[in-house]
Amino acid sequence: MTERTRLTVDPIACDGRGLCAELLPEFIGLDDWGFPVIPARDVPAALRADAAAVARLCPRLALRLERAER
Amino acid sequence: MTAIVDSTRAPSPAGRILGPSGLPRLLPSDLAVGVDPAGLDRHLARHGARPCCAGDWRRRQRLIDEVDSAGLTGRGGAAFPTARKLRTLAAGPCPPVVVANGVEGEPASVKDKVLLASAPHLVLDGAACAAELTGAAEVVIVAHRAACETVRRAVAERRQVGCDPVPVRVQAAAAGFTAGEASAVVRWAHGGVPAPTGRPPRLGGPGRRPALVQNVETLTHLALIMRHGASWFRSAGTAAEPGSMLVTLLGAVARPGVYEVEPGTLVRDVLGLAGGTGQPLGALLIGGYFGTWAAAEAALPLPFSAAGLAAVGASPGAGVLAALPATACGLAEAARVTRYLAGSSAGQCGPCVFGLNAIAGALDRAAAGGGCDPATVRRWLRDVNGRGACRHPDGTAHMVASALRVFRAEIDLHGRGWCRATETAWVLPAGQGQP
Repeated sequence: MTERTRLTVDPIACDGRGLCAELLPEFIGLDDWGFPVIPARDVPAALRADAAAVARLCPRLALRLERAER
Repeated sequence: MTAIVDSTRAPSPAGRILGPSGLPRLLPSDLAVGVDPAGLDRHLARHGARPCCAGDWRRRQRLIDEVDSAGLTGRGGAAFPTARKLRTLAAGPCPPVVVANGVEGEPASVKDKVLLASAPHLVLDGAACAAELTGAAEVVIVAHRAACETVRRAVAERRQVGCDPVPVRVQAAAAGFTAGEASAVVRWAHGGVPAPTGRPPRLGGPGRRPALVQNVETLTHLALIMRHGASWFRSAGTAAEPGSMLVTLLGAVARPGVYEVEPGTLVRDVLGLAGGTGQPLGALLIGGYFGTWAAAEAALPLPFSAAGLAAVGASPGAGVLAALPATACGLAEAARVTRYLAGSSAGQCGPCVFGLNAIAGALDRAAAGGGCDPATVRRWLRDVNGRGACRHPDGTAHMVASALRVFRAEIDLHGRGWCRATETAWVLPAGQGQP
């Protein structure tokens, strides 16, 4: 059984530093104002380790890697 | 419109009071006479005593089932089923706090202020019912400043008689549009800043009890359902959207104000309650500032209900119906409302702060004849949607998307330096300090 994970951002904590999009451009984009756009789908298995690192490295601690529901 | 006792109706589940037929149910029908309708005596004479909703688990469940079969939904705009909230909080591990949301930060809406000022005891009855149903230990009424004193007097009156089962506290609402968002109301009610938290109030927080947040109008319906039962409640409205609802009518109507209507009444007839429009209409803003713009000729023949208004992508929302005369500029009005909403952001989330400002800027430029690239604005609308801690960006984006649809011809015309409007009086209010 494979574990499914989602990356979520706390929009209040997020300051738009942009580190996440720089480290994980395969999954995280930026809007016109420099705030991360994170797809509402599971993180691909190949990117999971990187996503966990990005969540750890966020200077605002605004990212969370969560086990997806169901 | 007078209250007639219908003896054929079944006794209510919580009490034994027969329900009156017809509207209005909530607002006093003798407002025009000039009698103070807010007193406890008049309230009791009209509605009778509040039935007790306390009791063991099974009785409370049965009463919540009655709310469920009544089909009562939240009247603050989101139309969430009230019974589901009650059930969740009643089943929770600790006693919740009931928060009556009478903030009504939206400038276009006055129905909650009018309700609090003219029928405060019905709101307080509903809050007491909700407290008993959920086992709450406290009630906080967060009331708009305009109605605060009336509510305080009503609470004091009740305290003397001892008719509230739990302590009731009245708090003046914070000013501002986002101050009325459920989590912001709870935060404010507990001494915090009036900004959304991004966390559902029912979950509570560290050191804070879970909260049942209900719009004040919803509570008045709850108080009446506990008196008269679900089938009485359902004797008004449609099967899918039962009961009555308060609407604020404004703009090009003879008598702007608050009216009680049954969902399903034609939009044209709803406007007729305010004496009609007396002039050709251009567009309607339906549901409030998070609502939907619709061309008047498309919306006037539709039923004022979620099902009926779906034909123009609208819903009754917070019960606002603003009529824009054909002589006004819809684009300029929409731009002004958007600017107001952008300025009303709580300022916590980047996409809301910067995105709404960019969108408002684009509409301002379009209205001023500076041209507009609708594709860019539409991309921004997608970009802000769902990216805040609350629904402020989503609601604003919904309204702007409808403006882009309905005022497409105006946007083209303005881009070439023309405007069809023949008057520039602002129809929609846009908060303090603005015309």
